[in-house]
Amino acid sequence: MSNQRSWLLMSTSALGFLFLYLPIFSLVIYSFNESKLVTVWGGWSLKWYGELFRNEQIVNAAMLSFKVAMISATLAVILGTMAGFALQRLGRFKGKMMFSGWISAPLVMPDVITGLSLLLLFVALESLFGWPAGRGTLTIIIAHTTFCMAYVAVIVQSRLAGFDETLEEAAMDLGARPSSLFFLVTLPLIMPAVLSGWLLSFTMSLDDLVIASFVSGPGNSTLPMVIFSKVRLGVTPEVNALATLMILVVAIGVFVAMWQMRKRPEPQ
Amino acid sequence: MTQSTGTAVLERLWQMSRLGNVNWGRLMVIAVPYFWLALFFFIPFLVVFKISLSESAIAVPPYTDLLDLDLEEAYLNIKINLGNYLFLWEDSFYLDAYLSSIKIAAISTVLTLIVAFPIAWLIARSEGNTRTILLALVVLPFWTSFLLRVYAWMALLKKSGPINDILMAVGLIDQPLQMLQTDFAVYIGIVYTYLPFMVLPLYTALEKLDMTLVEAAADLGYRPIQSFFAVIVPMALPGIVAGCLLVFIPVVGEYVIPSLLGGSDTLMIGRVLWDEFSINRDWPMASAVAIVMLVILVVPITLVRNSSKQEDAA
Repeated sequence: MSNQRSWLLMSTSALGFLFLYLPIFSLVIYSFNESKLVTVWGGWSLKWYGELFRNEQIVNAAMLSFKVAMISATLAVILGTMAGFALQRLGRFKGKMMFSGWISAPLVMPDVITGLSLLLLFVALESLFGWPAGRGTLTIIIAHTTFCMAYVAVIVQSRLAGFDETLEEAAMDLGARPSSLFFLVTLPLIMPAVLSGWLLSFTMSLDDLVIASFVSGPGNSTLPMVIFSKVRLGVTPEVNALATLMILVVAIGVFVAMWQMRKRPEPQ
Repeated sequence: MTQSTGTAVLERLWQMSRLGNVNWGRLMVIAVPYFWLALFFFIPFLVVFKISLSESAIAVPPYTDLLDLDLEEAYLNIKINLGNYLFLWEDSFYLDAYLSSIKIAAISTVLTLIVAFPIAWLIARSEGNTRTILLALVVLPFWTSFLLRVYAWMALLKKSGPINDILMAVGLIDQPLQMLQTDFAVYIGIVYTYLPFMVLPLYTALEKLDMTLVEAAADLGYRPIQSFFAVIVPMALPGIVAGCLLVFIPVVGEYVIPSLLGGSDTLMIGRVLWDEFSINRDWPMASAVAIVMLVILVVPITLVRNSSKQEDAA
């Protein structure tokens, strides 16, 4: 009986994992397909990787996306760490309920609503104050920072909740000023959360299509916007090559991160 | 008497000096993210609401002003247009789109739960390195581009794609099935991309589950299926609720999956909003669509906050 059940569990989970990985493997394999037709196997080839790097539109969009993701992730980590710290360590303050609502709502808010509302805000601000002048890189960065900082705040807050305050209290008893207390004691403790918050923000910024489409201006297409317009017209082999490269980078990143974690086991 | 007055004055002075001595560091840490979110998260909704009450116009930006202030004639004209909301209610297209989005989101949430449960259970019951590896395997696809994963399904589900090829080779079908551009493809795409959001909260809940309770239920003569619904489901309920909310809410407004995998008859409100905005350039109508969607989702969104609070407390 129990054997039968565990067999059932194993096979259903195996199907689940197959479901997760089948599309990814198919992307990787087809990226090496010589033939332009996805269904016809024309032999192994690196042709589409060459095409990818010769495609100026894709390369430019990738550079823009990378720049936006670096800046937004960094801003999101600074603002999100402040917000998580404020919610977890700074006791009561006016409007705390509303503030915590503003932190949790962006996590589930449909992208079309976030995108539209930010665009309308930018348009209204421009007509009132002349800032931000037009829409482009700056408005995408502001939008991405806003939704990413919510994720950082939640991660930092839960990490802070996992530590009791005795270390911080001890530092205070020893006469540490609040700023050195934060940078010498609290920040090193929450560093893993801050780093994973940065990585998550970076990935989400790099991945966002809908919000960027709303708030970007003409001539400021991010990588997902270019991919989307290509993919809508049908399956394009260069996109397979691009996907494989992205998967490779992510896989290496995750393995390095796991390796680091194994070497330095977390407290708790 | 003079002495006590003197002390009172001194105390008062002390309090005033404390008031001047504001803790600037603390204030900044709270105020900077607070004002950022107020400006770029909260106020935008008010702007959307305001524009939903205006009229579409051929202008830059493409809507009329609510306030018409004429200083020379000294009159202030406030024009509120409820026409967009009325139109939403009267044109059955919008109502259908809302209902169909909620239906698609509800069905795919249940499907995601069914696929995620065995995976979460397996991870929660495995130990050490196996658990770490299985968790990483679930999270890994999440780190690769969402758009590219949806695109991968486009290639797989095509009429001339590998799934149809295999089914024909095995002899299950004679004609290639139309899978792409159907609701079926939309469900696959949603379950696929939102699976980690369901697995992780489920795993967190199942990890805490005390297996002796399941054994006790078996000793009391519960059949496995009975103890599943009587013991496991109630204990895992916080995880189930959190996972379902994390899938249901964003899926209601999903735009990318129905536009890439769905057919022209796959009606979802996120797509309607986008089309109003970009194709019709009717910003007031798009705003009204967004406000109504927000009203529908406000209760589940509040539940998310409460469920995360419960988890903190636990």
